[in-house]
Amino acid sequence: MNAIILSAIWGIVMMFSGVFVSGKRTIRTIAILGLLLLFLANCLDLGGGFRVHIDVHRMLYFDTFGLLANSVIFGSTLVFVMLSGRDMENVGINLAEYFALIFFVLCGVALVTTFNTLLMLFLGIEIISIPLYILTGSDKRNLKGNEASLKYFLMGAFSTGLMLLGIAFLYGASQNGSLFIDEMAIGKAPISPLFISGLLLLLVSMSFKVSAAPFHFWTPDVYDGAPTVFTSFMATIVKSALFIGFIRLFDEGFGRVHDRWQLFVAIITAATLFIGNLTAVFQQSVKRMLAYSSIAQAGFMLMAILSINGIARDGIILYITAYSAATIGIFAVLIRMKDYTFEGFSGLAKHHPVLAATTTIFLLSLAGIPLTAGFFAKYYMLAAVVSTGKYLWLVIFAVLCAAISVYYYFRLIQAMYFKEGDRQELDEGPGFRILLILLAAVIVVLGIAPHLVTDPVHSLIYLW
Amino acid sequence: MVPVLLIVIPLLSGLAGWFIKGEGAARTWSLLSSLATLAVSVYALTLSKDNPALHADVEWIPALGSRFSVGLDGMGRILTLLTALGYPLILIGTWRDSYRKAPNFHALMLLMQAGLMGVFVSMDALLFYFFWELALVPAYFLGSQWGGERRIQATFKFFLYTFIGSLLMLVGIIWLYYHTPDHSFSLNSFYALRSKIANDDQVWLFWVFFIAFAIKMPIWPLHTWQPDMYEQAPTAVTMVLSGIMVKMGLFGIIRWLAPVLPTGFWAWGDTASALCIIGMIYASLVAIRQDDLKRLVAYSSIAHMGLMCLAIFATTSTGMQGVMIQMFNHGINIIGLWIVVDLIERQFHTRKISELGGLAQKAPGLAILLVIVALANVALPLTNAFVGEFLLFSGVYSSMATRYNVLFTVVAGLSIILSAVYTLNMIQRVFYGNVNRLTEKARDIRLNEKVILATIVVIIVVIGVYPKPVLDLTKDTVEAVITKMIYKQ
Repeated sequence: MNAIILSAIWGIVMMFSGVFVSGKRTIRTIAILGLLLLFLANCLDLGGGFRVHIDVHRMLYFDTFGLLANSVIFGSTLVFVMLSGRDMENVGINLAEYFALIFFVLCGVALVTTFNTLLMLFLGIEIISIPLYILTGSDKRNLKGNEASLKYFLMGAFSTGLMLLGIAFLYGASQNGSLFIDEMAIGKAPISPLFISGLLLLLVSMSFKVSAAPFHFWTPDVYDGAPTVFTSFMATIVKSALFIGFIRLFDEGFGRVHDRWQLFVAIITAATLFIGNLTAVFQQSVKRMLAYSSIAQAGFMLMAILSINGIARDGIILYITAYSAATIGIFAVLIRMKDYTFEGFSGLAKHHPVLAATTTIFLLSLAGIPLTAGFFAKYYMLAAVVSTGKYLWLVIFAVLCAAISVYYYFRLIQAMYFKEGDRQELDEGPGFRILLILLAAVIVVLGIAPHLVTDPVHSLIYLW
Repeated sequence: MVPVLLIVIPLLSGLAGWFIKGEGAARTWSLLSSLATLAVSVYALTLSKDNPALHADVEWIPALGSRFSVGLDGMGRILTLLTALGYPLILIGTWRDSYRKAPNFHALMLLMQAGLMGVFVSMDALLFYFFWELALVPAYFLGSQWGGERRIQATFKFFLYTFIGSLLMLVGIIWLYYHTPDHSFSLNSFYALRSKIANDDQVWLFWVFFIAFAIKMPIWPLHTWQPDMYEQAPTAVTMVLSGIMVKMGLFGIIRWLAPVLPTGFWAWGDTASALCIIGMIYASLVAIRQDDLKRLVAYSSIAHMGLMCLAIFATTSTGMQGVMIQMFNHGINIIGLWIVVDLIERQFHTRKISELGGLAQKAPGLAILLVIVALANVALPLTNAFVGEFLLFSGVYSSMATRYNVLFTVVAGLSIILSAVYTLNMIQRVFYGNVNRLTEKARDIRLNEKVILATIVVIIVVIGVYPKPVLDLTKDTVEAVITKMIYKQ
């Protein structure tokens, strides 16, 4: 509860800070302060030190899983703003508003990670989506950005429509007219076609949101068209939150009838892995490659939804941590580059060794090489599916796709280290470098001791 | 404690190596570190096999049931000795090679050594996988940054092949992990599984593991990365790859595949043996046609690895004993061959056999040492490889695991003849014959190379004459593995 309230309030604070404060630096400091408070407030909630208590009539459900995910997401946002906050100034003049929108998104995130009724899920997803449409089009003079924004809005509205329809179906199918996910599919009554239709509609709309194939077509265009700072935000923080919501819905709500929908998820997973990895191979722009890589990574995260079990829950937390940390780091470097193609990275290692070395660690993590967090993230996903004893073909398929992913991640490493390039003036202060090194260190530490993140999931606290 | 030291010394000195300035200092640092590792490894030989210092076991990731569990049995000791001995040989042998950004080169070499050591001492499957990949990453950077013109493609091919293999192996490891009663990655839990896995599962699990190991060795038809990689990588890296890293494949089969999945191993034994044999003959024939020294040695290595792999499938203790000793011998011999190739390339800037000739007149010292190493490569009596290959062949011949033991022995025997053809042919054309314009100015070898090649020759002869200490060292592992392999026959 702490996080929902604080993020909403701080969003308004940020909005007004644009009116009362003129310095961009001050605005950024206020935002970083807000994120720090948000992170701490959520940790207090998690640890039980201080909790704002409001009777939500079971509509929200604050368990460790959701709150831990919140911590990871707020932490990533904090890192993101510290690394790339300055680059937001280049997008447009309304810096304070951008931060305000980010805080509103985080409010939606806090709802999506802790919802207990379909209404709250819907509300959370809308609160996330609408600021994102604005952020995508925030560079008003950029035609591609405008196109992306409109595309995102239309696609998003469409998938929201499907989601509402699905919710209505589920409401109709439930025996006592309930929208609570923990009351769905209980009892011995046969499962009605209405229920299955509602479930599938929700599956489709959630797949839209997390850009799973074959509902991924908006992703490359939107990620490519949006200002790169906000692409970074969308591809990591927002995607992580939606996955937490996704697994929550399908675990708590539909977990008991998983045999009815697992095959659909398996097919979506396979398609996502295949399309994401294969298309990423052919990209010439690093930004577009990262967009497809985010689809490919979503394929791996979908394996957690397929296999809903304890390992999947541990794993998804680790996965969003590893994925967000690495992707935010790469984007932070990419934003500072002038040329977004692979050739633009040529010779980076010679002139900017720290940037190149940390980016390499991020890329190795995304590729899932041991000693990085990405390895254990992938390990958990594979283990989650293997432990179900089914869908072994998917596991084999996934590892082959992971091998493909090495091609495009290593292509960037090859460009940075083994190709000659001209020196380019990059804006890298000591603070930026130190942050990148810290982020890389986090990834390596989690690559040796992943239980630092996953262990807290097991200390379940239930409270309403 | 000893196995931990074997990992930690190269790891820490490798990390420290990044901060050293200057080529000479980096080279010395790297040599000192590898000598320290060698000392530890020799010390390990003096300990009895029950000594607690040979094992270490601490908690790593309790949530996953994985422990940092390392230990040295006979096979572990012989392979860590090979790794520890190989590094100083390589470093001194290539002492005059100079590299751009030398500190990085040496640091990566040491990190690779840490990975290799880890593979050979791990007693926990997840840890094993971890080191398996960790040995690969430095190899990727070493091969891509230093080496021939097509190095980036060749190294990437190598990386991709091995990475696919190891990911398949990871799936196998996870599958086995979920079938252990106590959800543990430990070697003993895996061994305890072997009678509990259904035959149908053993049959496919065999391939996910075998492909990973076969790529590493490499076994035909998964060998295509190898000649390119050996040719393009800097010679010091090629020496590590061919002398030490390929042994990871054999090691993996002996430790993690054969005793864990005996039925699958037996069921596919003939198929895999046939692949080994095709590879041996194919590689030998290709080697005869090679004009490039590096590619010739590369193909000869495929043939030798094929024979060792074949002997594992024979499931006899003689054959297994042969594999143990031959893993060590092959590592030493091939490092010797590479040192000669490196010498020739550095002097004449060519590796083409057709452009060389008459070296024996100009460099008699080199010629004598090379001939001994080359004869060991052909497995002439009194050389170490004779002992190894004799055991391998008698193991294959007396095999009860296959009906085709005679056929296998005969066809595999052909490859020995072929190996004599290409090796002697190479010696003849490079060292004898007429001196040409290029080889006129040839110098004889210098002190460091002489010392290293002489050391290698001494090892070759000593093991060739008196192999008992080596055989005694690995006896316990052989017995243990063979008992587990014939468990279900």
